[in-house]
Amino acid sequence: MKPEFRNVDWRSLWQGLVGRDGGVAGRIVPSTGFTAQLTLLSAGAMAFLAVFALALSLATGRLADRWSSSLAQTVTIRVSAPLDEIEGETGKVMAILDQTPGVAEARMIPEDEVEALLAPWFGPDVPVEALPVPRLIEIREDGEGFDAAGLGLRLEAEVPGAVLDDHTRWRQPLVSAARRLKFLGVVSLGLIAAAGTAMMILAAQSSLAANGQVIRVLRLIGARDVTIAQAFVRRFTRRAATGAAAGTALGMLAIALLPDMDEAGGFLTGLGFQGWGWLLPLLIPLIAAGVGFFATRWAALRMLKAVP
Amino acid sequence: MIEMQDVTFGYREGGALLSGMTLSLPAGSFHFLTGPSGSGKTSFLRLCYADLLPSSGQLSAFGHDVGGLSRDGIAMLRRKIGVLHQDAQFLDHLPVAENVALPLTVAGQPIDMQALKELLGWVGMTGHARAMPPSLSGGERQRAALARAVIMSPDFVMADEPTGNLDWEMSMRLLQLLVELNRSGKTILIATHDMDLIRAARQLEVQARVLRISGKRVQLAGADL
Repeated sequence: MKPEFRNVDWRSLWQGLVGRDGGVAGRIVPSTGFTAQLTLLSAGAMAFLAVFALALSLATGRLADRWSSSLAQTVTIRVSAPLDEIEGETGKVMAILDQTPGVAEARMIPEDEVEALLAPWFGPDVPVEALPVPRLIEIREDGEGFDAAGLGLRLEAEVPGAVLDDHTRWRQPLVSAARRLKFLGVVSLGLIAAAGTAMMILAAQSSLAANGQVIRVLRLIGARDVTIAQAFVRRFTRRAATGAAAGTALGMLAIALLPDMDEAGGFLTGLGFQGWGWLLPLLIPLIAAGVGFFATRWAALRMLKAVP
Repeated sequence: MIEMQDVTFGYREGGALLSGMTLSLPAGSFHFLTGPSGSGKTSFLRLCYADLLPSSGQLSAFGHDVGGLSRDGIAMLRRKIGVLHQDAQFLDHLPVAENVALPLTVAGQPIDMQALKELLGWVGMTGHARAMPPSLSGGERQRAALARAVIMSPDFVMADEPTGNLDWEMSMRLLQLLVELNRSGKTILIATHDMDLIRAARQLEVQARVLRISGKRVQLAGADL
Protein backbone atom coordinates (compact mmCIF):
# COMPACT_ATOMS: atom_id res chain seq x y z
CA MET A 1 0.00 0.00 0.00
CA LYS A 2 1.31 3.47 -0.78
CA PRO A 3 2.50 5.53 2.19
CA GLU A 4 -0.08 8.24 1.35
CA PHE A 5 -2.89 5.83 2.19
CA ARG A 6 -1.20 4.02 5.05
CA ASN A 7 -2.12 4.90 8.60
CA VAL A 8 -4.94 7.21 7.62
CA ASP A 9 -5.91 9.32 10.60
CA TRP A 10 -9.69 9.01 10.58
CA ARG A 11 -9.94 11.22 13.64
CA SER A 12 -8.36 13.97 11.60
CA LEU A 13 -10.92 13.47 8.83
CA TRP A 14 -13.73 13.70 11.37
CA GLN A 15 -12.20 16.82 12.93
CA GLY A 16 -11.88 18.28 9.46
CA LEU A 17 -15.60 17.83 8.98
CA VAL A 18 -17.07 18.79 12.31
CA GLY A 19 -14.30 19.69 14.71
CA ARG A 20 -12.93 23.06 15.68
CA ASP A 21 -9.67 24.37 14.30
CA GLY A 22 -7.68 22.02 16.51
CA GLY A 23 -5.86 24.73 18.47
CA VAL A 24 -2.33 25.70 17.48
CA ALA A 25 -1.94 22.43 15.55
CA GLY A 26 -4.65 23.61 13.21
CA ARG A 27 -3.09 27.03 12.84
CA ILE A 28 0.53 26.12 12.21
CA VAL A 29 -0.18 26.87 8.57
CA PRO A 30 -1.35 30.44 7.95
CA SER A 31 -4.74 30.84 6.38
CA THR A 32 -4.69 32.25 2.88
CA GLY A 33 -7.98 34.04 2.37
CA PHE A 34 -8.03 34.19 -1.41
CA THR A 35 -7.15 30.53 -1.92
CA ALA A 36 -9.65 29.56 0.76
CA GLN A 37 -12.45 31.46 -0.97
CA LEU A 38 -11.54 29.99 -4.37
CA THR A 39 -11.59 26.47 -2.91
CA LEU A 40 -14.96 27.08 -1.31
CA LEU A 41 -16.36 28.53 -4.52
CA SER A 42 -15.03 25.68 -6.66
CA ALA A 43 -16.33 23.02 -4.27
CA GLY A 44 -19.72 24.76 -4.22
CA ALA A 45 -19.89 24.96 -8.02
CA MET A 46 -18.92 21.30 -8.38
CA ALA A 47 -21.55 20.25 -5.87
CA PHE A 48 -24.21 22.36 -7.62
CA LEU A 49 -23.40 20.66 -10.92
CA ALA A 50 -23.33 17.27 -9.20
CA VAL A 51 -26.87 17.79 -7.90
CA PHE A 52 -28.12 18.39 -11.44
CA ALA A 53 -26.16 15.48 -12.85
CA LEU A 54 -27.62 13.28 -10.13
CA ALA A 55 -31.15 14.58 -10.79
CA LEU A 56 -30.73 14.00 -14.52
CA SER A 57 -29.42 10.52 -13.95
CA LEU A 58 -32.27 9.59 -11.61
CA ALA A 59 -34.95 11.17 -13.82
CA THR A 60 -33.79 9.48 -17.00
CA GLY A 61 -33.49 6.21 -15.13
CA ARG A 62 -37.10 6.54 -14.00
CA LEU A 63 -38.16 7.46 -17.53
CA ALA A 64 -36.44 4.46 -19.04
CA ASP A 65 -37.98 2.16 -16.46
CA ARG A 66 -41.44 3.63 -16.99
CA TRP A 67 -41.28 3.35 -20.74
CA SER A 68 -39.89 -0.14 -20.49
CA SER A 69 -42.47 -1.41 -18.03
CA SER A 70 -45.64 0.43 -18.93
CA LEU A 71 -45.32 0.21 -22.67
CA ALA A 72 -43.59 -3.11 -22.70
CA GLN A 73 -45.64 -5.99 -23.98
CA THR A 74 -48.48 -3.79 -25.29
CA VAL A 75 -49.25 -3.42 -28.97
CA THR A 76 -52.30 -1.86 -30.63
CA ILE A 77 -54.23 -2.94 -33.72
CA ARG A 78 -56.26 -0.31 -35.48
CA VAL A 79 -59.26 -1.65 -37.47
CA SER A 80 -60.78 0.66 -40.10
CA ALA A 81 -63.84 -0.38 -42.14
CA PRO A 82 -67.24 0.90 -43.20
CA LEU A 83 -69.71 1.04 -40.29
CA ASP A 84 -71.67 -2.00 -41.44
CA GLU A 85 -68.53 -4.11 -41.79
CA ILE A 86 -66.48 -3.04 -38.82
CA GLU A 87 -67.95 -5.55 -36.36
CA GLY A 88 -67.13 -8.42 -38.70
CA GLU A 89 -63.63 -7.16 -39.41
CA THR A 90 -62.97 -6.71 -35.70
CA GLY A 91 -64.17 -10.24 -35.03
CA LYS A 92 -61.77 -11.60 -37.67
CA VAL A 93 -58.86 -9.81 -36.05
CA MET A 94 -59.81 -11.17 -32.62
CA ALA A 95 -59.96 -14.67 -34.10
CA ILE A 96 -56.53 -14.28 -35.64
CA LEU A 97 -55.16 -13.04 -32.34
CA ASP A 98 -56.65 -16.05 -30.58
CA GLN A 99 -54.53 -18.26 -32.82
CA THR A 100 -51.35 -16.19 -32.60
CA PRO A 101 -48.72 -17.64 -30.28
CA GLY A 102 -47.27 -15.13 -27.79
CA VAL A 103 -50.45 -13.10 -27.39
CA ALA A 104 -51.49 -13.26 -23.75
CA GLU A 105 -54.55 -11.08 -24.01
CA ALA A 106 -56.40 -9.10 -26.68
CA ARG A 107 -58.81 -6.45 -25.50
CA MET A 108 -60.99 -4.18 -27.57
CA ILE A 109 -60.72 -0.69 -26.15
CA PRO A 110 -64.22 0.43 -25.10
CA GLU A 111 -65.83 3.56 -26.53
CA ASP A 112 -65.50 5.59 -23.34
CA GLU A 113 -61.72 5.05 -23.33
CA VAL A 114 -61.56 6.03 -26.99
CA GLU A 115 -63.59 9.14 -26.16
CA ALA A 116 -61.07 10.00 -23.45
CA LEU A 117 -58.25 9.58 -25.94
CA LEU A 118 -59.96 11.89 -28.45
CA ALA A 119 -61.13 14.47 -25.92
CA PRO A 120 -57.96 16.59 -26.01
CA TRP A 121 -58.49 17.12 -29.76
CA PHE A 122 -62.30 17.20 -30.19
CA GLY A 123 -63.55 18.25 -26.76
CA PRO A 124 -65.41 16.26 -24.11
CA ASP A 125 -68.80 16.05 -25.90
CA VAL A 126 -67.66 14.42 -29.10
CA PRO A 127 -70.19 11.80 -30.38
CA VAL A 128 -67.74 9.03 -31.07
CA GLU A 129 -70.41 6.74 -32.46
CA ALA A 130 -71.16 9.27 -35.22
CA LEU A 131 -67.54 9.50 -36.32
CA PRO A 132 -65.64 7.02 -38.50
CA VAL A 133 -63.29 6.26 -35.65
CA PRO A 134 -61.35 3.03 -36.07
CA ARG A 135 -61.70 0.28 -33.49
CA LEU A 136 -58.66 -0.19 -31.28
CA ILE A 137 -57.54 -3.55 -29.98
CA GLU A 138 -54.87 -3.65 -27.32
CA ILE A 139 -52.69 -6.72 -27.21
CA ARG A 140 -50.64 -7.79 -24.23
CA GLU A 141 -47.78 -10.07 -25.04
CA ASP A 142 -46.75 -12.96 -22.89
CA GLY A 143 -43.19 -13.35 -21.68
CA GLU A 144 -41.85 -14.62 -24.99
CA GLY A 145 -43.68 -12.11 -27.18
CA PHE A 146 -45.11 -12.71 -30.65
CA ASP A 147 -43.86 -12.41 -34.19
CA ALA A 148 -44.96 -8.84 -34.97
CA ALA A 149 -43.83 -9.02 -38.59
CA GLY A 150 -45.71 -12.30 -39.19
CA LEU A 151 -48.87 -10.97 -37.55
CA GLY A 152 -48.68 -7.79 -39.62
CA LEU A 153 -48.42 -9.77 -42.87
CA ARG A 154 -51.33 -12.03 -41.91
CA LEU A 155 -53.54 -9.08 -41.02
CA GLU A 156 -52.65 -7.40 -44.29
CA ALA A 157 -53.70 -10.51 -46.17
CA GLU A 158 -56.85 -11.41 -44.23
CA VAL A 159 -58.11 -8.10 -42.83
CA PRO A 160 -56.74 -5.31 -45.06
CA GLY A 161 -58.32 -2.59 -42.88
CA ALA A 162 -56.38 -3.70 -39.79
CA VAL A 163 -53.03 -2.08 -39.05
CA LEU A 164 -50.63 -3.31 -36.41
CA ASP A 165 -49.08 -0.43 -34.44
CA ASP A 166 -45.96 -1.96 -32.97
CA HIS A 167 -44.90 0.47 -30.23
CA THR A 168 -41.55 -1.22 -29.86
CA ARG A 169 -40.46 0.36 -33.15
CA TRP A 170 -40.39 3.82 -31.57
CA ARG A 171 -40.27 2.78 -27.93
CA GLN A 172 -36.98 0.95 -28.04
CA PRO A 173 -34.86 3.86 -29.29
CA LEU A 174 -36.45 6.09 -26.65
CA VAL A 175 -35.73 3.62 -23.87
CA SER A 176 -32.24 3.23 -25.21
CA ALA A 177 -31.76 7.02 -25.35
CA ALA A 178 -33.07 7.41 -21.80
CA ARG A 179 -30.70 4.72 -20.55
CA ARG A 180 -27.81 6.37 -22.36
CA LEU A 181 -28.77 9.69 -20.83
CA LYS A 182 -28.73 8.05 -17.42
CA PHE A 183 -25.31 6.64 -18.15
CA LEU A 184 -24.10 10.08 -19.24
CA GLY A 185 -25.43 11.48 -15.96
CA VAL A 186 -23.39 8.92 -14.04
CA VAL A 187 -20.34 9.70 -16.19
CA SER A 188 -20.89 13.40 -15.48
CA LEU A 189 -20.91 12.67 -11.76
CA GLY A 190 -17.62 10.80 -12.16
CA LEU A 191 -16.12 13.66 -14.16
CA ILE A 192 -17.27 16.19 -11.57
CA ALA A 193 -15.65 14.09 -8.84
CA ALA A 194 -12.45 13.82 -10.91
CA ALA A 195 -12.40 17.55 -11.59
CA GLY A 196 -13.05 18.21 -7.90
CA THR A 197 -10.16 15.94 -6.97
CA ALA A 198 -7.85 17.69 -9.43
CA MET A 199 -8.96 21.07 -8.15
CA MET A 200 -8.25 20.02 -4.56
CA ILE A 201 -4.81 18.68 -5.46
CA LEU A 202 -3.91 21.89 -7.30
CA ALA A 203 -5.18 24.06 -4.47
CA ALA A 204 -3.30 21.99 -1.90
CA GLN A 205 -0.11 22.08 -3.96
CA SER A 206 -0.46 25.82 -4.36
CA SER A 207 -0.94 26.22 -0.63
CA LEU A 208 2.02 23.96 0.14
CA ALA A 209 4.24 25.86 -2.28
CA ALA A 210 3.18 29.17 -0.76
CA ASN A 211 4.04 27.86 2.69
CA GLY A 212 7.45 26.44 1.84
CA GLN A 213 9.18 28.43 4.57
CA VAL A 214 6.64 27.37 7.20
CA ILE A 215 7.10 23.74 6.23
CA ARG A 216 10.86 24.10 6.40
CA VAL A 217 10.67 25.51 9.93
CA LEU A 218 8.31 22.76 11.01
CA ARG A 219 10.59 20.05 9.64
CA LEU A 220 13.59 21.56 11.43
CA ILE A 221 11.88 21.48 14.80
CA GLY A 222 10.99 17.81 14.40
CA ALA A 223 7.57 17.77 12.74
CA ARG A 224 6.73 14.52 10.98
CA ASP A 225 5.39 14.72 7.43
CA VAL A 226 2.03 13.42 8.53
CA THR A 227 1.73 16.14 11.18
CA ILE A 228 2.42 18.89 8.64
CA ALA A 229 0.12 17.26 6.10
CA GLN A 230 -2.70 17.12 8.63
CA ALA A 231 -2.65 20.88 9.06
CA PHE A 232 -3.38 21.21 5.34
CA VAL A 233 -5.69 18.21 5.16
CA ARG A 234 -7.90 19.42 8.00
CA ARG A 235 -8.31 22.80 6.38
CA PHE A 236 -9.02 21.57 2.86
CA THR A 237 -11.38 18.87 4.08
CA ARG A 238 -13.44 21.48 5.84
CA ARG A 239 -13.39 23.84 2.86
CA ALA A 240 -14.48 21.07 0.50
CA ALA A 241 -17.30 20.01 2.82
CA THR A 242 -18.50 23.56 3.51
CA GLY A 243 -18.40 24.63 -0.13
CA ALA A 244 -20.08 21.42 -1.26
CA ALA A 245 -22.79 21.76 1.40
CA ALA A 246 -23.64 25.25 0.17
CA GLY A 247 -23.58 24.15 -3.48
CA THR A 248 -25.73 21.12 -2.71
CA ALA A 249 -28.27 23.22 -0.81
CA LEU A 250 -28.54 25.67 -3.70
CA GLY A 251 -28.79 22.86 -6.23
CA MET A 252 -31.55 21.13 -4.27
CA LEU A 253 -33.40 24.41 -3.90
CA ALA A 254 -33.16 25.02 -7.65
CA ILE A 255 -34.48 21.52 -8.33
CA ALA A 256 -37.31 22.00 -5.84
CA LEU A 257 -38.32 25.24 -7.57
CA LEU A 258 -38.66 23.59 -10.98
CA PRO A 259 -42.30 23.50 -12.23
CA ASP A 260 -44.25 20.59 -10.83
CA MET A 261 -44.61 17.56 -13.08
CA ASP A 262 -48.35 17.29 -12.59
CA GLU A 263 -48.89 20.98 -13.25
CA ALA A 264 -46.95 21.34 -16.45
CA GLY A 265 -46.56 17.80 -17.67
CA GLY A 266 -43.96 16.90 -20.26
CA PHE A 267 -40.56 15.31 -20.19
CA LEU A 268 -38.30 18.01 -18.78
CA THR A 269 -40.46 18.67 -15.74
CA GLY A 270 -39.74 15.12 -14.64
CA LEU A 271 -36.19 16.28 -13.76
CA GLY A 272 -35.87 16.10 -10.02
CA PHE A 273 -35.89 13.84 -7.02
CA GLN A 274 -38.73 11.75 -5.67
CA GLY A 275 -39.23 10.33 -2.19
CA TRP A 276 -36.03 8.90 -0.73
CA GLY A 277 -34.20 10.27 -3.76
CA TRP A 278 -34.06 13.63 -1.99
CA LEU A 279 -31.60 12.09 0.49
CA LEU A 280 -29.09 11.16 -2.19
CA PRO A 281 -27.75 14.71 -2.81
CA LEU A 282 -26.98 14.94 0.90
CA LEU A 283 -24.15 12.49 0.25
CA ILE A 284 -22.41 15.03 -1.99
CA PRO A 285 -20.83 17.12 0.84
CA LEU A 286 -19.65 13.91 2.54
CA ILE A 287 -18.11 12.65 -0.69
CA ALA A 288 -16.56 16.10 -1.29
CA ALA A 289 -15.05 16.00 2.20
CA GLY A 290 -13.63 12.55 1.50
CA VAL A 291 -12.22 13.75 -1.83
CA GLY A 292 -10.72 16.80 -0.10
CA PHE A 293 -9.19 14.65 2.61
CA PHE A 294 -7.56 12.05 0.40
CA ALA A 295 -6.54 14.41 -2.42
CA THR A 296 -4.90 16.86 -0.01
CA ARG A 297 -3.24 14.13 1.99
CA TRP A 298 -1.82 12.54 -1.15
CA ALA A 299 -0.61 15.87 -2.56
CA ALA A 300 0.84 17.02 0.76
CA LEU A 301 2.77 13.84 1.54
CA ARG A 302 4.05 13.71 -2.02
CA MET A 303 5.31 17.29 -1.93
CA LEU A 304 6.75 17.02 1.58
CA LYS A 305 9.10 14.28 0.43
CA ALA A 306 11.01 16.98 -1.44
CA VAL A 307 11.69 18.86 1.83
CA PRO A 308 14.79 17.52 3.65
CA MET B 1 26.40 11.63 21.01
CA ILE B 2 27.68 12.61 17.54
CA GLU B 3 30.24 10.32 15.91
CA MET B 4 31.82 10.90 12.51
CA GLN B 5 33.94 8.31 10.79
CA ASP B 6 35.78 9.56 7.70
CA VAL B 7 32.78 11.70 6.73
CA THR B 8 32.92 13.63 3.49
CA PHE B 9 30.33 16.06 2.29
CA GLY B 10 29.96 18.08 -0.88
CA TYR B 11 27.14 19.76 -2.77
CA ARG B 12 26.27 18.37 -6.17
CA GLU B 13 27.43 21.41 -8.08
CA GLY B 14 30.88 21.50 -6.43
CA GLY B 15 33.53 19.18 -5.08
CA ALA B 16 33.92 18.10 -1.48
CA LEU B 17 33.32 20.91 1.01
CA LEU B 18 34.28 18.86 4.03
CA SER B 19 36.34 15.70 3.92
CA GLY B 20 37.96 13.07 6.07
CA MET B 21 36.15 14.12 9.22
CA THR B 22 36.59 11.67 12.05
CA LEU B 23 35.56 13.06 15.40
CA SER B 24 33.32 12.60 18.38
CA LEU B 25 31.20 15.12 20.25
CA PRO B 26 30.61 13.43 23.60
CA ALA B 27 27.60 14.05 25.82
CA GLY B 28 27.90 17.10 28.05
CA SER B 29 30.71 18.68 26.00
CA PHE B 30 30.93 22.31 24.89
CA HIS B 31 32.45 23.01 21.48
CA PHE B 32 32.99 26.06 19.37
CA LEU B 33 33.29 25.56 15.63
CA THR B 34 35.22 28.27 13.84
CA GLY B 35 36.51 28.89 10.38
CA PRO B 36 36.34 31.51 7.65
CA SER B 37 33.07 32.31 5.89
CA GLY B 38 32.14 29.61 3.40
CA SER B 39 34.41 27.04 5.05
CA GLY B 40 31.46 24.76 5.83
CA LYS B 41 30.47 25.59 9.43
CA THR B 42 26.75 25.69 8.63
CA SER B 43 27.03 22.53 6.51
CA PHE B 44 28.74 20.78 9.44
CA LEU B 45 25.85 21.70 11.72
CA ARG B 46 23.29 20.65 9.11
CA LEU B 47 25.01 17.27 8.88
CA CYS B 48 24.68 16.94 12.65
CA TYR B 49 20.90 17.45 12.60
CA ALA B 50 20.43 15.42 9.41
CA ASP B 51 19.39 18.35 7.25
CA LEU B 52 22.20 17.18 4.97
CA LEU B 53 23.50 13.66 4.55
CA PRO B 54 27.17 12.70 4.16
CA SER B 55 28.46 11.97 0.67
CA SER B 56 30.55 9.20 2.19
CA GLY B 57 31.63 7.93 5.57
CA GLN B 58 29.51 7.16 8.58
CA LEU B 59 27.73 9.68 10.76
CA SER B 60 25.85 8.50 13.79
CA ALA B 61 23.75 10.56 16.17
CA PHE B 62 22.48 9.22 19.47
CA GLY B 63 23.68 5.80 18.36
CA HIS B 64 21.74 5.81 15.07
CA ASP B 65 23.29 5.82 11.61
CA VAL B 66 21.87 9.05 10.20
CA GLY B 67 22.05 7.79 6.61
CA GLY B 68 19.74 4.90 7.46
CA LEU B 69 17.04 6.93 9.17
CA SER B 70 13.57 7.20 7.66
CA ARG B 71 11.93 10.62 7.34
CA ASP B 72 10.07 10.00 10.57
CA GLY B 73 13.32 8.85 12.14
CA ILE B 74 14.96 12.14 11.15
CA ALA B 75 12.03 14.04 12.68
CA MET B 76 12.49 12.10 15.93
CA LEU B 77 16.24 12.82 15.88
CA ARG B 78 15.58 16.54 15.52
CA ARG B 79 13.38 16.49 18.61
CA LYS B 80 16.53 15.56 20.55
CA ILE B 81 18.50 18.43 19.03
CA GLY B 82 17.71 22.09 19.60
CA VAL B 83 18.97 24.37 16.87
CA LEU B 84 19.45 28.14 16.90
CA HIS B 85 19.71 29.48 13.40
CA GLN B 86 21.40 32.73 12.58
CA ASP B 87 18.17 34.11 11.13
CA ALA B 88 16.00 32.57 13.90
CA GLN B 89 13.16 31.39 11.68
CA PHE B 90 9.68 31.67 13.16
CA LEU B 91 6.13 31.26 11.98
CA ASP B 92 5.26 34.93 11.64
CA HIS B 93 1.50 34.36 11.97
CA LEU B 94 1.83 32.92 15.49
CA PRO B 95 2.73 34.89 18.63
CA VAL B 96 6.07 34.33 20.35
CA ALA B 97 4.72 32.01 23.06
CA GLU B 98 3.10 29.71 20.48
CA ASN B 99 6.28 29.76 18.40
CA VAL B 100 8.34 28.80 21.43
CA ALA B 101 5.94 25.97 22.23
CA LEU B 102 5.80 24.80 18.61
CA PRO B 103 8.15 21.79 19.07
CA LEU B 104 5.74 20.47 21.73
CA THR B 105 2.76 21.15 19.48
CA VAL B 106 4.15 19.25 16.48
CA ALA B 107 5.26 16.43 18.77
CA GLY B 108 1.70 16.17 20.09
CA GLN B 109 2.81 16.83 23.65
CA PRO B 110 0.80 18.92 26.11
CA ILE B 111 1.99 22.42 26.85
CA ASP B 112 2.65 23.20 30.52
CA MET B 113 1.80 26.91 30.61
CA GLN B 114 3.68 27.47 33.86
CA ALA B 115 6.83 25.87 32.45
CA LEU B 116 6.45 27.91 29.28
CA LYS B 117 6.17 31.07 31.34
CA GLU B 118 9.30 30.16 33.30
CA LEU B 119 11.19 29.40 30.10
CA LEU B 120 10.23 32.76 28.61
CA GLY B 121 11.34 34.37 31.86
CA TRP B 122 14.70 32.53 31.69
CA VAL B 123 15.44 34.08 28.29
CA GLY B 124 13.99 37.44 29.37
CA MET B 125 11.00 37.31 27.03
CA THR B 126 8.10 37.27 29.47
CA GLY B 127 6.84 40.63 28.25
CA HIS B 128 6.91 39.50 24.63
CA ALA B 129 4.85 36.33 24.94
CA ARG B 130 2.01 37.72 22.85
CA ALA B 131 4.18 39.73 20.47
CA MET B 132 4.37 38.68 16.85
CA PRO B 133 7.84 37.67 15.61
CA PRO B 134 8.21 40.45 13.01
CA SER B 135 7.99 43.02 15.82
CA LEU B 136 11.00 41.55 17.71
CA SER B 137 14.54 42.92 17.63
CA GLY B 138 17.46 40.70 16.61
CA GLY B 139 18.41 39.92 20.22
CA GLU B 140 14.81 39.15 21.17
CA ARG B 141 14.48 36.82 18.22
CA GLN B 142 17.61 34.93 19.20
CA ARG B 143 16.48 34.57 22.81
CA ALA B 144 13.05 33.39 21.70
CA ALA B 145 14.76 30.96 19.33
CA LEU B 146 16.86 29.66 22.22
CA ALA B 147 13.72 29.10 24.26
CA ARG B 148 12.18 27.18 21.36
CA ALA B 149 15.39 25.18 20.93
CA VAL B 150 15.37 23.96 24.52
CA ILE B 151 11.64 23.55 25.23
CA MET B 152 11.79 19.84 24.41
CA SER B 153 14.72 19.43 26.82
CA PRO B 154 17.01 18.28 24.03
CA ASP B 155 20.27 16.58 24.89
CA PHE B 156 22.15 18.56 22.27
CA VAL B 157 21.86 22.28 21.48
CA MET B 158 23.64 23.75 18.50
CA ALA B 159 23.78 27.35 17.39
CA ASP B 160 24.75 28.72 14.00
CA GLU B 161 26.32 32.17 14.33
CA PRO B 162 23.88 33.01 17.13
CA THR B 163 25.45 36.37 17.86
CA GLY B 164 26.01 37.45 14.26
CA ASN B 165 23.36 40.17 14.41
CA LEU B 166 23.65 41.06 18.10
CA ASP B 167 25.51 43.72 20.03
CA TRP B 168 28.13 42.62 22.55
CA GLU B 169 25.89 42.89 25.60
CA MET B 170 23.20 40.75 24.02
CA SER B 171 25.82 38.30 22.72
CA MET B 172 27.13 37.79 26.25
CA ARG B 173 23.64 37.27 27.59
CA LEU B 174 22.99 34.58 25.00
CA LEU B 175 26.34 32.94 25.70
CA GLN B 176 25.58 32.86 29.41
CA LEU B 177 22.31 31.08 28.70
CA LEU B 178 24.13 28.48 26.61
CA VAL B 179 26.74 27.99 29.33
CA GLU B 180 23.94 27.49 31.85
CA LEU B 181 22.48 24.81 29.61
CA ASN B 182 25.87 23.08 29.39
CA ARG B 183 26.18 23.12 33.17
CA SER B 184 22.82 21.38 33.35
CA GLY B 185 24.29 18.56 31.25
CA LYS B 186 23.40 19.59 27.69
CA THR B 187 25.89 19.18 24.87
CA ILE B 188 26.57 22.50 23.16
CA LEU B 189 28.03 23.24 19.72
CA ILE B 190 28.33 26.85 18.59
CA ALA B 191 29.44 27.74 15.07
CA THR B 192 30.97 31.24 15.10
CA HIS B 193 33.72 33.29 13.57
CA ASP B 194 33.66 35.66 16.59
CA MET B 195 36.90 34.98 18.50
CA ASP B 196 35.89 37.47 21.20
CA LEU B 197 32.93 35.26 21.98
CA ILE B 198 35.24 32.25 22.42
CA ARG B 199 37.53 34.22 24.71
CA ALA B 200 34.52 35.39 26.71
CA ALA B 201 33.43 31.78 27.18
CA ARG B 202 36.78 30.96 28.75
CA GLN B 203 36.19 33.78 31.21
CA LEU B 204 32.93 32.09 32.16
CA GLU B 205 35.01 29.06 33.17
CA VAL B 206 33.33 26.66 30.83
CA GLN B 207 35.28 23.62 29.60
CA ALA B 208 35.07 24.56 25.94
CA ARG B 209 36.99 23.04 23.07
CA VAL B 210 37.53 24.83 19.80
CA LEU B 211 37.18 23.07 16.50
CA ARG B 212 38.44 24.82 13.40
CA ILE B 213 37.59 24.04 9.80
CA SER B 214 40.67 24.46 7.68
CA GLY B 215 41.41 22.95 4.30
CA LYS B 216 38.10 21.04 4.27
CA ARG B 217 39.09 19.26 7.49
CA VAL B 218 38.07 19.79 11.07
CA GLN B 219 40.97 20.41 13.45
CA LEU B 220 41.19 20.80 17.19
CA ALA B 221 43.45 23.63 18.44
CA GLY B 222 45.50 23.42 15.25
CA ALA B 223 45.97 19.64 15.24
CA ASP B 224 44.01 16.99 13.33
CA LEU B 225 41.46 15.30 15.53
